[in-house]
Amino acid sequence: MNYDRFLNPRITSVPPSGIRRFFDLASTMKDTISLGVGEPDFKTPYAIRNAAVDSIVDGETQYTANRGLIELREEIALYMDGRYGLGYDPKTEILVTIGASEAIDLALRAMLSEGDEVLVPEPSYVSYSPGVIFAGGTPVGVVTLEEDDFRLRPDLLEKAITPRTKALILPYPNNPTGGIMEKADLEAIAEVIRRHDLFVISDEIYSELMYDGRQHVSFASIEGMYPRTLTINGFSKSFAMTGWRVGYACGAKELIDVMNKIHQYGIMCAPRQGQVAAIAALKAGRENGYEEVARMRDSYDRRRRLMVSAFREMGLHCFEPYGAFYAFPSVRSTGLNSEEFCSRLLREKNVAAVPGTAFGPSGEGNIRCCYATAVDKLNIALDRISDFVSSLR
Amino acid sequence: MMKEVRIMTKLETALLDLMKEDCRLPLEKLAVMTGVSVEEVAETIESLEKRRVILRYAPMINWDLTDRERVEAMIEVRVTPQRDMGFDAIARRIYCFDEVKSVFLMSGSYDLLVLVEARTLKELAAFVSGKLSPLETVTGTATSFVLKRYKEEGVIFDSGDSDRRLVISP
Repeated sequence: MNYDRFLNPRITSVPPSGIRRFFDLASTMKDTISLGVGEPDFKTPYAIRNAAVDSIVDGETQYTANRGLIELREEIALYMDGRYGLGYDPKTEILVTIGASEAIDLALRAMLSEGDEVLVPEPSYVSYSPGVIFAGGTPVGVVTLEEDDFRLRPDLLEKAITPRTKALILPYPNNPTGGIMEKADLEAIAEVIRRHDLFVISDEIYSELMYDGRQHVSFASIEGMYPRTLTINGFSKSFAMTGWRVGYACGAKELIDVMNKIHQYGIMCAPRQGQVAAIAALKAGRENGYEEVARMRDSYDRRRRLMVSAFREMGLHCFEPYGAFYAFPSVRSTGLNSEEFCSRLLREKNVAAVPGTAFGPSGEGNIRCCYATAVDKLNIALDRISDFVSSLR
Repeated sequence: MMKEVRIMTKLETALLDLMKEDCRLPLEKLAVMTGVSVEEVAETIESLEKRRVILRYAPMINWDLTDRERVEAMIEVRVTPQRDMGFDAIARRIYCFDEVKSVFLMSGSYDLLVLVEARTLKELAAFVSGKLSPLETVTGTATSFVLKRYKEEGVIFDSGDSDRRLVISP
């Protein structure tokens, strides 16, 4: 039977994720060391897991409020205020979602009309552009360059703006590049946003993972940007809670209301146990100065240094990533493109990495390697990559 | 003997954290991971050794997978503390036996916890009845045998702590 008539061409026209093919290939191989993961190698801290177990045993098995447990929203409000100096009303300006991913999807669907353009810095997380298309909009890529440490440049941003431009997705600290935006960088972007009357969806899921003394600055804290920004964050990366699926969006009541309309009909609420675990995470963090987060960050930082130094020793250009848990070395000097490099590395050396092109065409020439992997395995993987690179010369 | 307790530097803490997981990491890698020179790492480790913060470098062995016969027991020991010496003198008398792996002074209903290892049950019984109990200040013992080891020094012995992540994810 031909299903074309029953399927939505807007959805079917979007090509499958570039990551998918690699996943299929890597899954067939044995003893692969994967640097292709996009999540922490830590398990969720035990106290957080236990809080969820207790809630199950105590029979907390019901729906929660659409916007999430009020106790969680209050904790999120305290966190946003304490960490980033942003005040949000837990009753009206915070929405708990199924991971930050749902928050991004809701924001796009709540904002976009047919043909609206959304600026998406590239390389970046794989779901922004498809999300824009699914919501009826048009994604417009804005290239970020290695020579700029993959920061978003105001002039390149401005060039991409048209009368149809409605919003910018601001994904920092960045997956896959590990790039960050410091206060002055954000201020320059804010200037453009103000001038063109745009809105910003700031995906700050990696906000806790910044290294070498760098501090995350939330875009909404830049002068004049608070009412123009939807701040998205979650628990997956900072508290090693990927499988729990809990994220949140903070912003103007008017936007949160519309997002909640979609959320309440489509989702009802984020899973209760995930919310309970998230409360435990934030409460403990508030009381002990986020020591679990700091412990994990310190551990990532050591492995970050190890990986970056190893790539440089191999003769691969690797810019210093100050955020997230990825290095994004250039493989241009090997003469292979990203796809060829990753395919051959996987087949010949049993190490999985993700070609930069999976994150947009401007990722060509680079590969994403996650350093959230045990040190012994990381060392073996880096040795194998080094052998592979030598074999190409 | 007074112990010299010092506040660890950030580098010392980082090195101890890394080396307690894997003490065979080369100095070069430790230097890269902590962001200092190889010389500084070497000096710091040497200082930690000299101050007896690092006591030895030993592998963690799962003897259950070897053919070595081995019995372990934890013995709760009640003693009469001695004037001026407290528990230290009797603890020393006990820890000098080769069979004794660890000795701890405990709070609670007994005084010393003694971890003992022997080749056979018989040898272990002989140690308790022939060597430990006859010590003058020992007033009572209660021996418990180790049946199975699940976790020691942070290492989980049965598998089940594997990486459950997808090979590739966005």
